[in-house]
Amino acid sequence: MAKRNAPGPLEYLRRWQMQAWLAAVFIFLYAPLIALMAFSFNDSRRNIVWKGFTLKYYEKALNNDGLIEAFGNSLTIAAVSTVLSVALGAMIALALWRFRFPGKPAVDGALALPIVVPEICMGVAMLVFFAKVLPWPQGLGWPLNLGAIIIAHVSFSFPFVAVVVRARMSSFNREMEEAARDLGAGEFRTIRDVILPHMAPSLVAGALLAFTLSLDDFVITFFTAGPDTVTFPVKVYSMVRFSVTPEVNAASTILIVLTVILTAVALKLQGNSAATAGHGGEKS
Amino acid sequence: MEQSWKQAKAVFAAALGPPLFWLVLFFLVPLAIVWAYSFGHNDGLTDIAITGTFKNYARAIEPLYLKIFIKSAWVAAITTGLCLVIGFPVALAITFASDKAKTWLLLLIMLPFWTNLLIRTYALIAVLRTEGYVNMGLEWLWKGGGTLAALLGLQPLGDFQPLELLHNNFAVILGLIYVHLPFMVLPLYSALDRLDKSLLEASLDLGAGHMRTLFKIVVPLALPGIASGVLITFIPALGAYLTPDLLGGPDSQMIANVIERQFKRANDWPFGAAMSFLLMYMTFIAIAIQAVLSRKTPEAK
Repeated sequence: MAKRNAPGPLEYLRRWQMQAWLAAVFIFLYAPLIALMAFSFNDSRRNIVWKGFTLKYYEKALNNDGLIEAFGNSLTIAAVSTVLSVALGAMIALALWRFRFPGKPAVDGALALPIVVPEICMGVAMLVFFAKVLPWPQGLGWPLNLGAIIIAHVSFSFPFVAVVVRARMSSFNREMEEAARDLGAGEFRTIRDVILPHMAPSLVAGALLAFTLSLDDFVITFFTAGPDTVTFPVKVYSMVRFSVTPEVNAASTILIVLTVILTAVALKLQGNSAATAGHGGEKS
Repeated sequence: MEQSWKQAKAVFAAALGPPLFWLVLFFLVPLAIVWAYSFGHNDGLTDIAITGTFKNYARAIEPLYLKIFIKSAWVAAITTGLCLVIGFPVALAITFASDKAKTWLLLLIMLPFWTNLLIRTYALIAVLRTEGYVNMGLEWLWKGGGTLAALLGLQPLGDFQPLELLHNNFAVILGLIYVHLPFMVLPLYSALDRLDKSLLEASLDLGAGHMRTLFKIVVPLALPGIASGVLITFIPALGAYLTPDLLGGPDSQMIANVIERQFKRANDWPFGAAMSFLLMYMTFIAIAIQAVLSRKTPEAK
């Protein structure tokens, strides 16, 4: 890396060693996923030798009622838990931003806990809670039967939303709020017309984060889910344990494409801040 | 200045009440119950008597389980170290890239991060298994080599033996790196991005080489970022469940797998609870070490 010719001294990206390193890292990150997607179109059960293009595994995946039901469950859970997480996260962020009160450090600390506690610990805590304290009634109709999973998902998502919203609120000029008050706006009006517009980008970013966290979660759901409330990751897990099949490839491809579309939409909506906001990378 | 809660009690209660209620009921209470169970024992088939015993903790540090704890910490440490080595140049390259390239590179790092963990693990299984892409590629090379050997009149190479890449510790570490690399790159990047670039230029101007500049200037200044990257990678790697479960073999169990077994199969909740809390204490210790270290190092301005 010590050459001092063509590229400028700090233009590390223009050095071939660096480019080779980056290329290797991105191949490592993407090759398995691309192979997975490519072989979902492969007309061979063995999943290895390319035999020709087919969509039959998509047909199979889409006709697999268990898989479709799990997929629907996952989307429902993600949607509901996102709404609740954004509301709760924004509220607690607002309270912590605006007020000083006794016990604030304790609330701060407690709010950080779901972010740092290992997933497995939270998973067993949820298992115990729903087994002993609040047994979720069996045989409820859809979507009420998903309640336990939704509660668990909100518990680990909303602190992330709070982090994102608080980061955003730190750039808010408090004088704006006072000005609104001075000009005669009440509490509600101030929040709606002055604070919320400033918060809005972080709400979108937080919602996106909550949605992805929920859709992605396996461990905590695995401990909370009953036999008739299977989510997509739990279903894929049970399929993967037995074998690698093109059907799982097809279902995974659909989810990857969905993720890419969601990310693209978020980036379009937001400029780039949405993808990185709050992603200190704390999700465990 | 923050407002005192007394000045707007209704707003304060309305904003803090519901989230706090949720946090306590659906997070702290469940954890507290697990904590209480860790001091109990099974009483009959379904009941757990909380007796204040330390037996579960004593059992958790018996050699059998202590070995798993040490092994998990070791695997997580190796993963973190390799992520740092692999990720640092990537973060450096992103930091000094043009704005347009930066956006794309960051997106490329983020995208796998947004993709479902299970799908990524599954993708790795397809790559590593005995009929996987790696072995297929090697077999192809092997056959090519065999043909070449035959042409040159040498000994034939014999049959291809697929490598056992899956269900061992190698696969677990590879999987953990694969999953956690973005966790390392992002905090590193955000630390490096805040560096004063003129310091680097000064160092290079004054005759230090790139490596020397890297280790004498960049690394010390980026130390808080490195520490947080290490922490953010180490914690989830330590508590990883899915990766050792799907990619590991019988001897690559990590703490999370033992805990899962206590709760789902062995039905020894008190022991599982004690293990969970030991894992949690290890996490907190890691966080505390990082907090102390980052207070000692001067903040990069």
